[in-house]
Amino acid sequence: MVYLELFLCFLQVGCFSVGGGYAAIPLIRNQAVEIYGWLTAEEFSDLVTIAEMTPGPIAVNAATFVGIRLGGPVGALIATLGCILPSLIIVSILAFLYEKYRKLNAVKSVLGSLRPATVALIASAGLSILLIVLFPSDGGFALIGEKFNIIGAILSAAAFFFMRKYKSNPILIMSCCGVVYLAAGLMFE
Amino acid sequence: MKNNTNKSPTKSGKLLKLFFSTLYISAFTFGGGFVIIGLMKKKFADELHWIDEEEMMDITAIAQSSPGAIAVNAAILVGRKTAGIPGIAIAVTGTIIPPLIILSVVSFFYSAFAGNRYVALFLKGMQAGVAAMILDVVCSLGLKVTAERDLLNIFLMILSFAAAYFLKINVVLIILGAAVFGIVRYLVKEKKNGLS
Repeated sequence: MVYLELFLCFLQVGCFSVGGGYAAIPLIRNQAVEIYGWLTAEEFSDLVTIAEMTPGPIAVNAATFVGIRLGGPVGALIATLGCILPSLIIVSILAFLYEKYRKLNAVKSVLGSLRPATVALIASAGLSILLIVLFPSDGGFALIGEKFNIIGAILSAAAFFFMRKYKSNPILIMSCCGVVYLAAGLMFE
Repeated sequence: MKNNTNKSPTKSGKLLKLFFSTLYISAFTFGGGFVIIGLMKKKFADELHWIDEEEMMDITAIAQSSPGAIAVNAAILVGRKTAGIPGIAIAVTGTIIPPLIILSVVSFFYSAFAGNRYVALFLKGMQAGVAAMILDVVCSLGLKVTAERDLLNIFLMILSFAAAYFLKINVVLIILGAAVFGIVRYLVKEKKNGLS
């Protein structure tokens, strides 16, 4: 029964991938390629590429991709449900506990220490993305030196300025960056 | 529905807003979990004021250290906070619909999509905006932490950054470490209070 297998496979991915996408990739690979043989190694690497190019969490993207090939839209839905069910149960319980105990002094102290660490983690993720933009592996629009992507740098600086100073809509700004970069790419071709 | 004004939305009005907000955010979340955290902070904390910045940081820590996709975990927490259990259902549905539809469509012509130069250029440019958005969120939250003038917390922030960025230590371990730090700090404080 392919639906049940899909459900159980992605249930495990949902249960054991702690820490987001990069933790989920090896798990999905192990389940879908090695255990069930639903995808070849090459299809899996295509899947990772597509998941990076489309919005949404990689686990949900993978569940949809594998699900639709094996069981059509129903398969996609069942695989996705398997993938989010552990979160729904565990995080709902944590949300309840958080609301109930957040005013306790001990919990307050823990949350107070988690906040600076959280900011640091977001900063680390942001800086990594910025460096990929400034020094892309393909060089991008390298006008200075060999590696520095000048258009990416200008776009990042402008986007930062508009969001910081004018509180501009981030999704609008991100889309504008995409359009400008595409236009620049076509112009310099 | 006489009372359905902008200032005090009815429960169903709030749920509808929650649904379209999560749908819209999810449709534009390219990249990892921190991207959606940044967009949620801007939407639910800065724009709608449903959640404050401190809670948003707590949500980030819980979403990051729980199993499953960060985006789904964060949607559960935001949904629960804004509209209880119906809020969880609505926020999660809004979050998974865009990837479900987009991947279903793309899976039929994925090689053409993955090799398309225009799509690649657009996404590269978008990444520049994503980096700026995350750094903007870091500025807001970082300034909030430093404004408390708590030297231990500022030290913890620098230490966590070094651990994540330079030492590449697993984020879950960093969050656990910070939690242990908080517990120790609480115990030390309690002991001091007990002695005085």
